[in-house]
Amino acid sequence: MRMRAVRRLFSRVPIHAVLVTIAIIWMLPTLGVLVTSFRAPRDVYGTGWWTVFAHIGRTGQFTISNYVEVIFKQGMGRAFLNSLFISVPGTVIPVTIAAFAAFAFSWMKFRGRNILFMIVVALLIIPLQMTFIPVLRIFNKLHIAGTFPGIWFAHTGYGLPLAVYLLHNFMSSLPRDLFDSAAIDGATTLQTFLRIIVPLSVPAIASVIIFQFVWVWNDLLVALIYLGGSPNVAPVTLKIANLVGSRGQDWQILTAAAFVSMALPLVVFFSLQRYFVRGILAGSVKG
Amino acid sequence: MRTRRITPWLFAGPALFLLALFLVYPSIETIRVSFYNWNSTTYVGFQNYISAFTEPSMVNVFRNNAIWVFVFTLFTVSLGLILAVLLDRVRYEKIAKSFIFIPMAISMVGASTIWKFVYAYKPPSAPQIGLLNAFVVALGGQPVGWLIESPWVNNLSLIAVGVWLWTGFCMVLLSAALKNIPKQLMEAARIDGANEWQVFRKVTLPLLWPTVAVVMTTMVVFVLKIFDIVYVMTNGNYGTEVIANLMYKQQFTFQNYGLAAALAVVLLLLVVPMMVLNIRRFRRQEEIR
Repeated sequence: MRMRAVRRLFSRVPIHAVLVTIAIIWMLPTLGVLVTSFRAPRDVYGTGWWTVFAHIGRTGQFTISNYVEVIFKQGMGRAFLNSLFISVPGTVIPVTIAAFAAFAFSWMKFRGRNILFMIVVALLIIPLQMTFIPVLRIFNKLHIAGTFPGIWFAHTGYGLPLAVYLLHNFMSSLPRDLFDSAAIDGATTLQTFLRIIVPLSVPAIASVIIFQFVWVWNDLLVALIYLGGSPNVAPVTLKIANLVGSRGQDWQILTAAAFVSMALPLVVFFSLQRYFVRGILAGSVKG
Repeated sequence: MRTRRITPWLFAGPALFLLALFLVYPSIETIRVSFYNWNSTTYVGFQNYISAFTEPSMVNVFRNNAIWVFVFTLFTVSLGLILAVLLDRVRYEKIAKSFIFIPMAISMVGASTIWKFVYAYKPPSAPQIGLLNAFVVALGGQPVGWLIESPWVNNLSLIAVGVWLWTGFCMVLLSAALKNIPKQLMEAARIDGANEWQVFRKVTLPLLWPTVAVVMTTMVVFVLKIFDIVYVMTNGNYGTEVIANLMYKQQFTFQNYGLAAALAVVLLLLVVPMMVLNIRRFRRQEEIR
C-alpha cells in the first residue's frame, strides 16, 4: 500500500513539473515589467531586471519616479481619465439600450420579431473593419470624429449585437408566470421590465457590463480610427501605442505606462473574477 | 402580456436604429466603396480586388495571416487542452488557472509592450536586458533580433504574444466542458485496464471534441482579424504585415479607400464561413444542454 502511494507520487512529478513550468513562464513577462517600472533608468539599461533579486533587501534600488513621470509628464494620467470617460458611457449606453431591446425580443409579440432578431445575431459576424470608412465619413459630416460622443456611439453600435443576444438568452429563460402575476397586479410593461425583469437579470447584466467595459477599456482599433488624430482625448491604449513609437527604448517609461493601463482591468479581474470569466467566455462570439 | 402595438418598437427601436446606422448601412456602403477608386468617385469594377490578390507584397500578407491562423490556433487550443486536463488532477488547479487566465484582462497593447521588453535586443558586447536574449546568451548563443528576423522568427515571436494572451481562454472553456463529463466514464475505462493515455484518447477527447471544435473556430475567427499586436510591435515592418493592419494603413496612411474597403470585404469573406460553422455548433450544444 505504502509502495503504491510512493509510486503514485513519483508518477505525478512530471505533471507538476509541466504545470509549474508553464505557470512560471506565464508570469515572468509581467513580473519583469512590474519590476522594471520601479527601477531607475540607469539600472534598467545597465542590468537585467532579474538581477534585483540578488539583493532584494536593498530597497534603495526601487523608485516610483517612473510613475510620477508617466502620469504627470507623459500624459498617462490624462489618458487614464479619458479611458474612464470613454469606457463608462461606452458600457452604460449600449447595455441599457440592449436590455430594452432584449426584453422586447424575448417577451413581446410584434411583426417581424423573429427575422429582426436573427438579423441582430447575424450582425455578430461582421468584422468592425467593414464599418470604418462609412462611419468615419458620417462622423466627419457631423463633426463628431475625434470627440467623446462619437466614440460612445461607435462602441454602442458595435457592442449591441452581443449584448442583445446574451440578454435575450437570459430573459427568454425566465418563467412566464412572472408576467402573468405582474399583469394581474396591473403593472404596465415598463414597470414589469424595470421592477421584475431587470432585477432578475442582474447576473446576466453584470457579465455583459464587465465584458463590454473591459473590451472598451482595452480597445485600440476603434479608438485609433475615431480618435486617432486627437491626442487630448486619447485613451491609455492609444497613448501607449504612441509612446512605443516615440519612446521605444525608454523601458522604464513604457513599463510604468503599461502598468497604469492594466491596473483597472486587473482590479476588475481580481474582485469580480467569476463574472469576469463568465463575461469573457460569453463574449467570445463577438465579431 | 398585454401591450400597446407601439410598445415593442419603443423598446427595440433605439437598438435597431443604431445597428442599422453602425453595422448594416456601413457594411453595404463598404461593399459599394470597394468597387470604386481611391476616393470613391469612379467605378473600377474588380480592380481593387485584383490588386489585393496580385500585388507581390500581398503574397506576404496572406502568408502571414495563414501562419497566424495555423500556429496560433494550434498552440492556444492544444496548450489550453493540456492545461485543462492536467490541472483537473492537481490541488492547486484554481490558482494556476487564474495565473494563466490573467493575460485576458490585459489589453493587447499592454501585452505587446510587455513582450517587446522580453524580446529587447542589445549588441553582443552590451549586457542583455531582454529576458529571452539574456537566456540565449547565458546558454552561449548570440543575441537574436526577435522582431526583425523574417519571416519565421519575427512572425512566431508575435504569435507567441497572442498565445500568451489567449491560452487561458481556451483552457477555461475546455476545463468547463471537461467538468461536465461524468467521471464514471473515465473510471469505467480505467477498470477495464486502459492506461491514462488511452483514457484521454478514447474517452475524454471524443467527448470534449465538440467544445474543442468551437474553441478552434473561435480562435480562427479572432486571429484572422489580428491587428493590435502587429500594429504596436512591428507595424507590419520586416515582413510581418497582416490584412487588418494593411487595411488600416491603406485607409489612413495612403487614403486609398477603394483598396481598404476591398481588404475589409476579404476579411468578411474569410470570417463568414467560420462564424456560420461556430454559431451552428453553438446552437446544437445549447440544445443538448
